[in-house]
Amino acid sequence: MLAYTIYLSFAGALILALFPKALQSSARVFALLVALAGLAIALIGFIQAGSSGTVIVADAVWVPALGIRYTLTADGISRVLVLLTGIAAVAGILFSWNIGEKEGDRANEFFAFFLALIGGVYGVFLAADLFLFFVFYEIAIVPKYFLIAIWGSTRREYGAMKLALYSFAGSAMVLIGLLAAYTVSGSHTMNLQAMAQYSFPIHFQMWAFPLIFVGFAILAGMWPFHTWAPTGHVAAPTAASMLLAGVVMKLGAYGCLRVAMTVFPHGLDPWGFSILGLTSWRMVFALLAAIGIVYGAAVALVQNDFKFVIGYSSVSHMGLVLLGLMTLTQIGLDGAVLQMFSHGILAGLLFATVGRIVYERTHTRDLGVLSRLHLGKTMPFAAVLFVIAGMASMGLPGFSGFIAEVQVLIGAWRAFPWFAAVAGVGIVVGVAYTWRAMQRAFFSEATVSTASSGTAHEEHEPYAPVTWAEKAGVALLVGTSLIIGIFPRVLLDVITPAVHALPELLVKGGRL
Amino acid sequence: MNTFAVNYGNLFSITIPETILEVVSLLVLVVDLGFLRKSTQPARMTAACVLGVIGSVLAGLWLLTHSGTASFAGDALVLNSLVAAAQIGILLLTALVLLLSFQAEFSRNPGEYVAIVLLATTGMMLVAAARDLLVIFVALELLSLSLYVLAAFAKSSALSSEAALKYYLFGGMSAALMLFGFSYLYGLTGTTNLNGIAVSLASQGLSPLVVVAMVLVAAGLGFKVAAVPFHLWAPDTYQGAPAPVAALIASGSKVASFAVLVAVTGSLIPAASASRGATWIVLLVWMAGASILLGNLAALAQTSVRRLLAYSAIAHAGYMLLGIAANTPQSGAAVFYYALTYALTTVGAFGVIAVVERNMGSDRFDAFAGLSRRNPLLAASMLIFLLSLAGIPPLVGFWAKFNLFAAVLRAPGVGAWGLGMVIFALAASAVSLYYYLQVLKRVYVVPAMTDEPMAVSALEQLVLLVIALLVALLGIFPSALSGWIPLG
Repeated sequence: MLAYTIYLSFAGALILALFPKALQSSARVFALLVALAGLAIALIGFIQAGSSGTVIVADAVWVPALGIRYTLTADGISRVLVLLTGIAAVAGILFSWNIGEKEGDRANEFFAFFLALIGGVYGVFLAADLFLFFVFYEIAIVPKYFLIAIWGSTRREYGAMKLALYSFAGSAMVLIGLLAAYTVSGSHTMNLQAMAQYSFPIHFQMWAFPLIFVGFAILAGMWPFHTWAPTGHVAAPTAASMLLAGVVMKLGAYGCLRVAMTVFPHGLDPWGFSILGLTSWRMVFALLAAIGIVYGAAVALVQNDFKFVIGYSSVSHMGLVLLGLMTLTQIGLDGAVLQMFSHGILAGLLFATVGRIVYERTHTRDLGVLSRLHLGKTMPFAAVLFVIAGMASMGLPGFSGFIAEVQVLIGAWRAFPWFAAVAGVGIVVGVAYTWRAMQRAFFSEATVSTASSGTAHEEHEPYAPVTWAEKAGVALLVGTSLIIGIFPRVLLDVITPAVHALPELLVKGGRL
Repeated sequence: MNTFAVNYGNLFSITIPETILEVVSLLVLVVDLGFLRKSTQPARMTAACVLGVIGSVLAGLWLLTHSGTASFAGDALVLNSLVAAAQIGILLLTALVLLLSFQAEFSRNPGEYVAIVLLATTGMMLVAAARDLLVIFVALELLSLSLYVLAAFAKSSALSSEAALKYYLFGGMSAALMLFGFSYLYGLTGTTNLNGIAVSLASQGLSPLVVVAMVLVAAGLGFKVAAVPFHLWAPDTYQGAPAPVAALIASGSKVASFAVLVAVTGSLIPAASASRGATWIVLLVWMAGASILLGNLAALAQTSVRRLLAYSAIAHAGYMLLGIAANTPQSGAAVFYYALTYALTTVGAFGVIAVVERNMGSDRFDAFAGLSRRNPLLAASMLIFLLSLAGIPPLVGFWAKFNLFAAVLRAPGVGAWGLGMVIFALAASAVSLYYYLQVLKRVYVVPAMTDEPMAVSALEQLVLLVIALLVALLGIFPSALSGWIPLG
């Protein structure tokens, strides 16, 4: 059943690519229907499976000579992320409803690339064969490039190329690791479950693990490989930013967990010696994650471009996910997965507010300029929305971010108290940058310096009203975040057993 | 030395496909010069190409229906499933090149053009089957001489003459070197048969003469596959030769040359004593490394799509040389798979270039600007071809790469260089995405200078779509060819 999320998306992309030019304006309707169908399937799959274990979705021989099978399975983690993908896809299309209104928007191409990307993402979250995983992972790279390069804004070609090259470099690292693992195991299977059973030599895991982990972590925005993320997010059109931060960065974190950590758990073991106080890859990556949390937050604090603020906040939030993964405790991993979901929703909401609702009406993202527009009065909807999204994003109780962050921090506190303290500092800075952005963009008291420009703004026609598509997208995202914030067990009951089923080493604290 | 009596019946039965091609090439000349002298230029081209396609298809059908293994005169020519796969592939590529030549306007002599293309194809097929130094040399010369002539076929174009001259001068030089190397091998072993050479070399030590012979042979074959440092002809020839001819040089000729490289490597490195082959391996690995590095880096700086493809061809030759250096049956098969699928993709890419050139008069990046809005299908085909060359799944280029590198890593004798070179190659292929995206950026992102649709004949469109579909479908069902070329 869940497999149809993939097929529907790809079929939709293909049909849209062949859409006649005359039907440009209905491309968005068609895309929305496809995305809604995908969300419906994801939701039904999520509800049907309940808290049961791994569900086999599809299984067929693919390339027998290389031991590759077309196997799709869905455990709790997959089902949660598939649901996230469905929500992000629908919200993304709702917030790109303006594409297709004008001649020359190339709406059918836009939505074709969009759905192709979504199909690849669904595939990654469902793939149970290492190889299939990689194939879907790479399918997701190319549409991203075109989405940003064609429909993007600020330095779009630079941002798109940087993103594509970082992604491809990361996947080349992953491919090296896969090829080596395939050669070393000598077994004719690429099934993730089977490979996790195979005990690779420790010295092999010691270099294969960091290689694959970093390869995936590049896409998760791990410091210092995060630099593609802010430029890419800023350059991308709103829907693509939402997808990038919402689900594509999750692909990286998911790959870290599902491939690097599950197949090579002993790569997390101590080295037996110490460099600068670091004694294992686990500590190295935890340190990088902690730096990323603080660094992302600190840089967000001084940005002048509204979208850069959100872009760097994504780096910070994804740092929390990676830190949660490295805790190797049940609660930390639970938190990491929940944070993936929560950040997927909230980053989407923030980018939608900034990139679509505000920017499309004011045509500026400069916080200095915005502070003179008194948006709190002229655009109350956006202001209220950003307050909600900002509160949720800084981890206010009642929203999804809170539970996730608390869990990650508890896990981190048990594993490495120092890094947990650093991450705590990052969260405090997170409050600061959200506050600053909110204050400057919406509630600034700044008076306009010159009278002439002031009157120009006073006489400015009222901003275009909020459209039904925007309202629907907002309702979807805010509602989801609230539901998860108030009833976190809806997700946790599914995530916890799945995390528990991971290799024992990963949930029992590893070997320190 | 040769104790085998030549059995002409046997020779005929093993070379029926080649014979068909020869007969058809004569037929083309007769029809074109005899019956169609008064006809219009396009009609003559169409007739010649149709005949040529029919000839290749007939030869291919013969091969398909007469599978099995055979050999002639103590393995001077062999026929087994891999050779058959290479030959069928070559015939398919020739047919595609001819199908894409219907609109070509570079020549006023269509009969000669098609006849020489078929002669070149005959040469490729013989090269793929040859297992004797003399037969290899003669077949390679048949192939090369035909290609020199074809490269110069656009008589009014200075670039075409330059391309042919460069190709010819480098080719003549490397053929001489290779022949010199062959003579050393013959002097050392007393036989021209590859199996005999393998047996004889295995029993003697590694003398300096063997090393000299290997270097000379490497120079000759390195030229054919455009491996660094014998690659200098490639960019100019790819750029100057008429588009279908460049496609043929980049596809069928490559397949044949890699087939013979696999065979020669098997004889120079007897499996039983891999250490004796170390020199040859070292040569191949160095050539591979240099090709990968130079090809990928030089391609970054190109603004002509043809030159870009030439440098990327050098890089791809480097990847394939790694597979040849691994020297296992699996890696040999992987090279075949790679060469064939690469050639198919390249023919498609040159097909698109030919259309763009005819419309815009240039193959520079600017000429591709806005292609997706002027002809979406053509643009989509180019997207598939270039992404496959970059090795993006699920296109066939990805499987070829994965299969090749997996075979290299699994080969027993690659301990010292295997993993390092594979890492290097994959890192380089990450770089390659940049220049392929440079072209695709023009196709999809940059606005068109004019909105008028790109004129393309229905046949060209159809052929390019079929190639693109093949590339995509082979990527989704990579095992489809496993009847001929085993994966893994």
